[in-house]
Amino acid sequence: MKVERWTRTSRVFTGGLAVSVVILAAVPLIFDPDVVQKLTTLLILVLLAAMWNALAGYGGLLSVGQQAFIGMGAYATVFFANLGVPPYAAMLVATVVAGAISVPISLFALRLRAAQFAIGMWVIAEVASIVVRLDQNLGAGTGISLIQLNQYEPNFRQAYTFWLALGFAVIFLAALFLLLRSPLGVSLQAIRDDEDAARSIGVRVASRKRLLFVLAAFGCSAAGVLVVANTLFIEPGSVFSVQWSAYMIFMVLVGGLGTFEGPILGAILLFAIQATFTQGGPWYLVGLGATAAVFALALPRGLWGTVEERLGLRLMPVGYRVVGAKREETDG
Amino acid sequence: MEAAVLAAAGVRKRFGALAVLDGVDLALHAGVAVGIVGPNGAGKTTLLNVLAGSLAPDAGTLEFRGRDVTAKGAAERCRLGIARTHQVPRPFTGMTVFENVLVAATAQGRRRGGEAYDLCLRVLDETALTPLANRRAESLGLLQRKRLELARALAAEPSVLLLDEIGGGLTDAESEALVITISSLRDRGIAVLWIEHIVHVLLQVVGRLVCMDAGRIIAEGLPESVVSQAAVIDAYLGSGR
Repeated sequence: MKVERWTRTSRVFTGGLAVSVVILAAVPLIFDPDVVQKLTTLLILVLLAAMWNALAGYGGLLSVGQQAFIGMGAYATVFFANLGVPPYAAMLVATVVAGAISVPISLFALRLRAAQFAIGMWVIAEVASIVVRLDQNLGAGTGISLIQLNQYEPNFRQAYTFWLALGFAVIFLAALFLLLRSPLGVSLQAIRDDEDAARSIGVRVASRKRLLFVLAAFGCSAAGVLVVANTLFIEPGSVFSVQWSAYMIFMVLVGGLGTFEGPILGAILLFAIQATFTQGGPWYLVGLGATAAVFALALPRGLWGTVEERLGLRLMPVGYRVVGAKREETDG
Repeated sequence: MEAAVLAAAGVRKRFGALAVLDGVDLALHAGVAVGIVGPNGAGKTTLLNVLAGSLAPDAGTLEFRGRDVTAKGAAERCRLGIARTHQVPRPFTGMTVFENVLVAATAQGRRRGGEAYDLCLRVLDETALTPLANRRAESLGLLQRKRLELARALAAEPSVLLLDEIGGGLTDAESEALVITISSLRDRGIAVLWIEHIVHVLLQVVGRLVCMDAGRIIAEGLPESVVSQAAVIDAYLGSGR
């Protein structure tokens, strides 16, 4: 008997994923800037969904305050650019700085449980928003532009931003994937399924949660950086809006909580809905709400959770298979 | 007698007005299996939860190899060598049987990679779960889930094993296999504490028997003498069964 990690399906799929990243990298060379801008938005959604899933799906940490990091990443970019750091370098610095703020935040946020944690994170996001509103140098309540990006010709700017988005999405999804595949991975899935049972067999739940919290904060900060790079203008009312959390919850629940593949599907679905209802407005929100309600009732495991359950399909090699054992006994 | 591996002294636990544990002293020794019997609500599972660290006692101390571990949580106690099973099995439903066991094998910080896999395969073999290794745990039946509880606890390589009703609902052949498994664990030097309602199965393994009622130990000693004590018979017959 031996233990296998890769299956034929997962080899093909992971290979396909690598190929599609290469193809995506060529997007700015082929398409118009506004298509590139839309696809940048899709990559931001994928990144956000994956990070919310890392928190909620594996750590059991339901946060409605991840917009704190989105907003801090976005405003940190403007802050460092205004200090004279070249804009794309400012984006990298902002990601690291805003992400690192999660370490001190985790010290008290992770002491909160369940709903208290969810609301506590929301409060942190609101506090960060208020701090920005008080700072005239950051445009206070009216918002601020990342004017330093105007030095680039629009086509190039959009291409650079897209590549940055692709790079961030690959880095953070790869980090989550490697984490799930590492020896820590099974303990994260165990926490997802039953935190107390995991504790009873020796899993250090608190340190695993901190790891996920910090990873998700860095990922959301990166997404915030991309938001300001993609839209060039931010205001505290939108970048710190709880609507980001609503989007993240939507994508993860519809796609499949606690699966690696599901949130990516959820992001594509949300992107498609946003593209269909371009006017926004009440019907768009009604549509989102109705879709979420239908999924919660009919497919509580989400799209991918249902596929995984019904077909036993696992595209990403994060699992383990024992080969060479005798055939399965009949159910008893 | 050599020093106890795990010793509880004066353990008390109240849930509201109800004293579920009312001053319990218990010592477990390497290579000795201790059985606990008693009517429902006697405090058996609560005692196990306190020993395993998933419930903090209101009073009393717990020592593991002479060290005070009263303040340590469940994860730290497991890493020290105290593993338990749950009365109502709690499998990680989204993971396969092998992955369930692998969590325990790797969580102690002692084994990883091939070494951990080998340990898991050995444990699955010992608990007759090998043919189910790739099944998602949510598809297991109750008896298979109970075997998985035992497998997970064993993969933690414990020196103290706390078992909570793993023998219920077994056929004669299955109980016999369970008796052999637990006896061999005991003979390997593991200190075993086994809560079980099926007394005749329990008596084939344990060298000491404890009877609890209303949060207290009302009799303890050699199994035969405990079973024959009038107080024990009263506790059982008085339980309304």
